[in-house]
Amino acid sequence: MRLEESVEVRASRQVVWDYIADADHHPLFMAGLTRWHVDGDAEMRCGSRINMRMRVGSAHVGSLIEITEFDPPADMAWNSVTGIDQRGRWRLRDAGPARTRVTLRLAYQSPGGLLGSIADRVARRDVQRNLRRSLERLKDQVEAGVATRSP
Amino acid sequence: MARDDALPDLLDDRDPDYIRDTLPAAWLLATLWHRAEVRGLENIPERGPVLLVGNHSGGNTSPDSICFTLAFTSYFGVERRFHQLAHKLVMASPGIGSFLQKYGTIEASHPNAEVALHAGAAVLVYPGGDWEVHRPSWQSSRVDFAGRTGFLKLAIRTGVPIVPVVSIGGQETLFVLTRGEALSRALGLDRLRLKVLPVSLVIPWGITLGDFIPRLPFPAKLTTQVLPPIDLREKFGDDPHLDDAYDYVTSTMQSTLDALAAERRFPVLG
Repeated sequence: MRLEESVEVRASRQVVWDYIADADHHPLFMAGLTRWHVDGDAEMRCGSRINMRMRVGSAHVGSLIEITEFDPPADMAWNSVTGIDQRGRWRLRDAGPARTRVTLRLAYQSPGGLLGSIADRVARRDVQRNLRRSLERLKDQVEAGVATRSP
Repeated sequence: MARDDALPDLLDDRDPDYIRDTLPAAWLLATLWHRAEVRGLENIPERGPVLLVGNHSGGNTSPDSICFTLAFTSYFGVERRFHQLAHKLVMASPGIGSFLQKYGTIEASHPNAEVALHAGAAVLVYPGGDWEVHRPSWQSSRVDFAGRTGFLKLAIRTGVPIVPVVSIGGQETLFVLTRGEALSRALGLDRLRLKVLPVSLVIPWGITLGDFIPRLPFPAKLTTQVLPPIDLREKFGDDPHLDDAYDYVTSTMQSTLDALAAERRFPVLG
C-alpha cells in the first residue's frame, strides 16, 4: 500500500529540514505515534535506527526502522528492519521564496497473504489520516517557530 | 534474571514467523469485530521477565486474550518472548492447542511459568481461570480470582514484577447464565480440574451446556488497561503477607475495572 501526502509550509527548506531532522520533534507532530525511540545518541543520520509504532485500529503497528538516506535539506528515507515491512520518505522542495513543499510518502505491506492485504486496505484510512494530520501539525509548528523568530 | 542459553523444550513451540503471519487476521478481528483498545502498554517494562496478571473473560475463546496478545506482540515485536498460560483442557483441544502452542501458550502450572520467567519471558496468567472466565455475564465488571494466590507466590519466588492487565467486554461476547459448578461436581468433572460446566447463550447454538463447541462471539467492544508494575517485595517487604498482597492487587484491578465499566454506555456496543 502506497500513500502520499503533501503540504506547503511558509518557511525555508533549511528551517523545515532542521525541524524534522530533530528526532525529539517527531512525537510532537506525528499523529497517532505511540512509540518513538532512537537507538544510540538520538541524533538522526544515515544508519540511525528508530523503534516506532503508530496506533492503527486495535494495535500499535510499526517497525524498527533504519534511516537509509539523509540528504540535507532535501530527502530523508527509511526502511524497516523488523516489524511491518515499510519504507518511507520525507521530500522537501522549494516552492517559492521562503516556502517549502513537504511530501511524506509511506509504503507498507503486512504479512499474512490475503488477510494481510485486506488488513492493509482496512488500515489505509487510519494511516492516511495520520499522515495528513502529521503534515498539518508540522506546518503549524514550523510556521509558529518562524513567526516567533521573526522581528 | 538472565535468559538461559539453552532454551527449555517447553518453550520451543513458539513460532515468531507464524505469529507474524497471523497477526493481520487477529488485527482484523480485534479492529472490525471487537473495536478493541489496549491502553498503557508503555507500563510494561521494555525488557526482562514480567508477570502479566489479567482478569479472565469471554469463555474458552477468551477474545480479550487474543486482542491483548495482538497488542503486546505488535508493540514489542514478535521477537520478544511472550508466553501465556492456559488450562490443560484448552491445550488438549484438537486444532486449538497446536495453534496456541505456536503463539507461545503453555499449560498452566507453576513449574511451566517459572521456566518461562527464567527464560526472560513476559508471561500472561489468569489467576481466576475457568472460574472467572465463566462467571455470569452480569458480573462482567467483577474481578474474581476465587482467592487464588499462586500468582503471588510465583512473583515472590522469581522476583519478577506483576503488571496488572484489566479488561472489560469479554463477558459480553457470550451470555453466561450460570457457572454450573454444582453440575460439574455431580458429574465428577472437578477431578479433571474442571470446576464449572457453564450454561450460556451463544451464537449460533442458542443455549449450550459447557464451553467446548466453536461459536461466534458477540461483537462486544473490548477495552484493556495495562497498569504500572507492582514489585511485591518493594511494596510489602522481603516476606510479603499473601493476603495483603492479594487484596492490594485485586483491589487495584477492581478499581480500574470499575472505571472501565463506567465508560461503557451500552452492553456489547460499549
